[in-house]
This record gives sequence, structure tokens and C-alpha cells, in this order.
Amino acid sequence: MLRTLKTRFQQKYRTMTYPGGPAPELPARFAGRPVLRDDACNADCGACMTVCPTNAIALARERSSVTLDTGRCLFCRACEKACPQGLIRFTRDYSSASPTREGLVIGGGVDHTIQARNEPAAKFFVRSLKLRQVSAGGCNACEADCNVLGTPAWDMGRFGIQFVASPRHADGLLITGPVTVNMRLALEKTYAAVPDPKIVIAVGACAVSGGPFIGHAEQHNGAVSVVPVDLFIPGCPPHPLSILDGILKLLERI
Amino acid sequence: MIGNNETISLEAIPAVPFERFRQAVIAAVAYGARLSAMPVRPSADNGELTIIAVLSFPENSEIGLLTGALFDRWPSLTPDCAAAHWFEREIAEQWGITPEGHPWLKPIRFEPPRGHAAGCPETAPVGVTDFFSMEGEESHEVAVGPVHAGVIEPGHFRFLCHGETVYHLEISLGYQHRGIERAMIGGPGPRTVHYMETLAGDTTIGHVMAYSHAVEALAGIQVPPRAEVIRVIAAELERMANHIGDLGAMAGDVGFLPTMNYCGRIRGDVLNMTAALCGNRFGRGLIRPAGVEWDLDSELIDDLSARLEAVQKDVIAAVTLMLDTPSVMARFESTGVVSVDTARRIGLVGVAARACGLARDVRFEFPYGLYRLAHLPVNTWHSGDCFGRAQVRWLEVQASIDFIRQRLQELPKGPLSRDLPALKSDALAVSLVEGWRGEICHVAGTDKEGRFAFYKVVDPSFHNWFGLALALRRQQISDFPLCNKSFNLSYCGHDL
Repeated sequence: MLRTLKTRFQQKYRTMTYPGGPAPELPARFAGRPVLRDDACNADCGACMTVCPTNAIALARERSSVTLDTGRCLFCRACEKACPQGLIRFTRDYSSASPTREGLVIGGGVDHTIQARNEPAAKFFVRSLKLRQVSAGGCNACEADCNVLGTPAWDMGRFGIQFVASPRHADGLLITGPVTVNMRLALEKTYAAVPDPKIVIAVGACAVSGGPFIGHAEQHNGAVSVVPVDLFIPGCPPHPLSILDGILKLLERI
Repeated sequence: MIGNNETISLEAIPAVPFERFRQAVIAAVAYGARLSAMPVRPSADNGELTIIAVLSFPENSEIGLLTGALFDRWPSLTPDCAAAHWFEREIAEQWGITPEGHPWLKPIRFEPPRGHAAGCPETAPVGVTDFFSMEGEESHEVAVGPVHAGVIEPGHFRFLCHGETVYHLEISLGYQHRGIERAMIGGPGPRTVHYMETLAGDTTIGHVMAYSHAVEALAGIQVPPRAEVIRVIAAELERMANHIGDLGAMAGDVGFLPTMNYCGRIRGDVLNMTAALCGNRFGRGLIRPAGVEWDLDSELIDDLSARLEAVQKDVIAAVTLMLDTPSVMARFESTGVVSVDTARRIGLVGVAARACGLARDVRFEFPYGLYRLAHLPVNTWHSGDCFGRAQVRWLEVQASIDFIRQRLQELPKGPLSRDLPALKSDALAVSLVEGWRGEICHVAGTDKEGRFAFYKVVDPSFHNWFGLALALRRQQISDFPLCNKSFNLSYCGHDL
């Protein structure tokens, strides 16, 4: 007993103060939300498009610049290295979630301010949000970083957010993975078992768009193919801070 | 015979009639070799199939290769060589051909057949297969999954119970199948390395390292020493993070919350060290064929050393608190026992094998990269139970901490990567890596243009899932979470 207390004392109090206080420090090499400078882009060069593993980069309408779909992006920085003029830069901005799929596309002269708010979420679940997590082909990285939110350092229970064992106890689903053909039925059944009103959060490039598996016959290119999605959180995998930030914005807690 | 990370011309692999192939594999495994992989090489039109046995001989660090032509029906190896069990099920499912006399032939991934000239049967819907059943008073079945209670990958488990006692557990996977091996054909391309990094997300470093070694072997290059050191630092950080997380989760499964909470956080601290290295907590974007993408400067080395110090202090306190608590030990000891004989016969690898007393560790048996020059102890235990698996993990965490500390102090100077020449044509490379779960085997075969004609990935989980099923026999069903976590196997690494 004394030893347990002594260890407790030694391990200290570690729960972060975010969002009341500063956000936890991100690594210096962190690849967050990218920015595109389209002033000098020669769209004919296409170097960024050639190296992109998931075709996340496309020519913008006016053909004078490119757009980057962060929903498909694996944040591998290949485009950043390939651009001869250094017009693509990955910032350390962790805030990247969007309630709409289009909101994840950046560049092309359109200003997308991320506003994750969702009417039923902010109305019904603001103080208590119970989520059933479904891994529908996720590689276990997104799942691991969702689990992290339950550890004492992040403690998302502070906001009344919790993962629960049964869909019948849940207010919504948090989906990872591209939705494999073999998981489709299980996902549909789990969604149907969640009582209304309910919300769906898609976490990671796979759940948003199919990620590295986009176009494979063995999967369905993301959660929207099966269920309506209220919040998209891009990344491969998203940092726990990006996940928490997205959910808190959805609930209008920040 | 070739060494780890060596190539051989496809034509040079000895081809024998199937019966001799069968006898040779059975004899080699009985002699002490491991069946590391058994890929099928299709001809260009998928008309003819050739089976390749990849046999690892630990005592002389050599890998034996043998091929034979495969027909629609072949005499199964499994009755005489239990380690071939899932390999034969895999081949039967993928190519629609039958190992005759296989004692337990069922699909393992429910993947669409790759087909060959004779045509393949339709794939069964996932999870629809023959399960064992048990009849009698008080006997019942408990079916769990694919969606489990926790935040975890999907799989279906069926327990045959009499009262609380599990007589048998059947594990039906395949829910995570994403078609990676099929997509590898024709590569490498821009996506190939990302398939490897997401093959099993918690083993990003392990799989991308195995892939890089295979490509480097086929290109005939060796990476610079500085890159080799950075690679093993990342690999040992991955091992530490996962083992610490598992020790915490095992504490949670027996209701010992202090260690569960501390280890959950400390695992995050280790992931953040990997993120300091390359920006990503799982090590994505760090290793690429021919080198590494990120360097270490003296400031980062100091930072990592200081963090390592802090992690060591915290993890020693957190884990020894658990291991010194008699009520925890009472739940760990004699739970989920796998005998050394069973472990050897079914071909367990990694932590699960070492906890039974088998000194199986690729870093020692088939050294690669920096492990050729710098050695880690092979930590084994004799009990084969949940305690054994916890103990091996704990010993390895401590060994990894010391190992990383030394590597940070002795970083050789030089470049981070080399130019990557074109890959050899019509060649085969075998790459073995000790991931944190155990032996990872990648087998890459190229066509006449030097592109992948076939690519086989064997995750350690592929060898070990059956071990978990056997560990559950005669256990209380309530011990399943603990047993499961003590193995902590990958679903997506198995399903591919």
C-alpha cells in the first residue's frame, strides 16, 4: 500500500491543461496542416502530383495552381520535397478537422476556415459524448492514438467523452480504416444499433478517403460509402491532439 | 542456401518433384528449421503455380530455398508438419486448390481468389465457415466480434465452453483484408512504401525495414552506417513503446489500475521520442529503401537521451510495482500456458516463443543491419504463461533502453542514404527482421523488368494466432482478455 502511494507520488500529476491552458508540445518535425502558396506555381510542372502516393494533389480550376486534398493526404511530405519552388509547406498546425469533405481541400484560391460545429452534437452531446469505435480495416495506428486519449495525460473523460463497449450505449461512432469489404456488414449493423440522434466521426486518411488503399477492390474508400459522416479528421494517423481538437470543435467546446 | 538479405536468381532455386519437396520441408522442420514463408509464384498468365519453401536454419544463419510445381490437389504437409497449417490454408484460399488430408481446411482471410487456369471457387462471406461445436449438458458457445468491446481491430472469436472452462477457442480473421500483396505486384511505385508502413501500424518500423532490406538486396546496395544506426534506434523505440503499452494493458486486464495508467502514459512518451526523430509517432516517413530520411543532430541526441532517462525511471517504478504485487502475480502465473514442445511444433516466434524457452530472435540468429555489429541479449523465460510473456517483455524493454543509449552516443558520421539502382530481374530476395512481435519475413520476387512479380509478407502474428487459441484451452473464459493481451497479435498484419 505504501509503495503504491509512493509510486503514485513519483509518477506525478500529468493531465494536461489543454484546452484551458497551452496545447501539449508538438515535435519540431511534425507535419500538420499544409499551406500552398500559389503565387508562382507553374501548374504544368506537376512534380508534386507525380510523387503523391494517393493523388491528393490536383490542378485547380483556373489551371494556375494546385489544390491539396488533406483527406487523401498521408502527410508524407513527398510533395514538399518535390516542389522546385518550395510552394508547399507542412505547418505545425494540428487543427485540421472538418464537418464537410470539401472543407479538407486546401488551395485553389479558396479560403477554407475550419469550422467543425455540428447542430445535434452541440445540442445533445456537449457535456456527454459516448462513442463506439469501429476499426473497419484500420492499421491500428489510428486506433492506438484514439486509445491514447483515454490515458491520464489526455484524459478526454474530462469533457464527458468516452469510448463505450456497446453501440447501444453510444451516441455515435468513431470509425477508422477504409471500410474493408469484409467489415462493411459489421459497420452497417453497428451503426444501426446506435440510437438516434447519432453522429459519426471518421478518423484518419483511410476512414476519410481510403488512404493508401484508395481504389482497391477489397475496400470501400472510406466511411462515407456506408454511413453519413459528421466530422472528418485527416492524417495518417492524426495526432491525438488533432483528434481531440476536432471533437471539441464539433461539440463547440472550443 | 542464401543468407538473410541476399538474393538468388529464380532459376537457381532447386526445383524438385512435389513429393520430394514435401519430404524435404518436413525433414528440415523436424531438424530444427523454421518455416518462415511458403509463397506461391504464379507464371505470367497465372496458369502454373510453383510453391517456394523459405526455411530458416538458425544454427548457421542460412535460409534454405526449395521449389516444386503445385497442382490442383497436393498431399498436405500439415499432418506431418504443424507449422505448415496456416500456410496451406492460405494457399488453398488464394488459388482455389486443395491440400489433401489437411486436418482443418478453412479460409483464413476470406479474400477474393487470385485464380489460376482451373478457375477458383467463389469466396465465402467473411466469417461463414465450419466451426467446431461441442454438445452436452452445461456446454455452451460464446461468440465475440468482429466488433470487440474495446478500441481494437476486428476479428471473430468463438469459445467452446463447459461452464466457465474453455475447451477450445476458434479464431476467424480476415475482416481487415485490404489487398496489400496483390497491390504490390508491378511495384515498387509511389505507394509501395506506404503499404508497408500501414501493413500493421504498430509495426511500421519493422515492416518498412524488412521491405527496405529486400529492395536493397535486389538493388545490390548497402545503406550507410549512420542510416543503419538510426534505423535500429527507431526499431528499439518501437519495441519499447509496444512492450510498455502491453505491460500496462495486462495490468488493466487483471484490474491493477496504477500500472495500467502509468504505462499508458509512458508508452506515449516513447512514441513522442519517435516523433522527435521524424515527426510521426509511429515512425512513418523515417525509413526508405537506401537509407533514412531524417538525421540526428547533437541537440536532438541530448534531448532523446534526457527523455530516455526519464522514461527509464518512470517505467521501472511502474512495472516493478506490478511485478511485486502478489495478487497480480497470482493471476499471471500458470495462466495461458503453452508448452515448449507445442511452441516448437506450431512454430511460434517472437515474445510468445521466448516466453516458452525457445531462444528465437532474428536479431541474434540472422543478424541484419547494425545487429551484425552490436548485440542485444536474447531474453527467454521457461514458464510459457502470461507471466513469462510479461517477463520477456520487461527484460526486453530494459535491454532496449541500454541499447538505444549506447547507439545515441556512438553515431557514425556520413551520409544518410545512397542512390538506389534498378532492381535485379528474375531474382528473389528474402528479408528477415525481428519486429517487436517476432519474426517478420518478406519475400520479394521480380520479373524480367525488375518489378515485383510477387511479394509475400509473413507477419509474426501469422505464426502465433494458433498459439493463442491453444493457450486458452482449459482456461477460465474470464482469462481471455489477459491471455489475448499477453500475445497482443496483429489482425491487419495477418489479414494484409
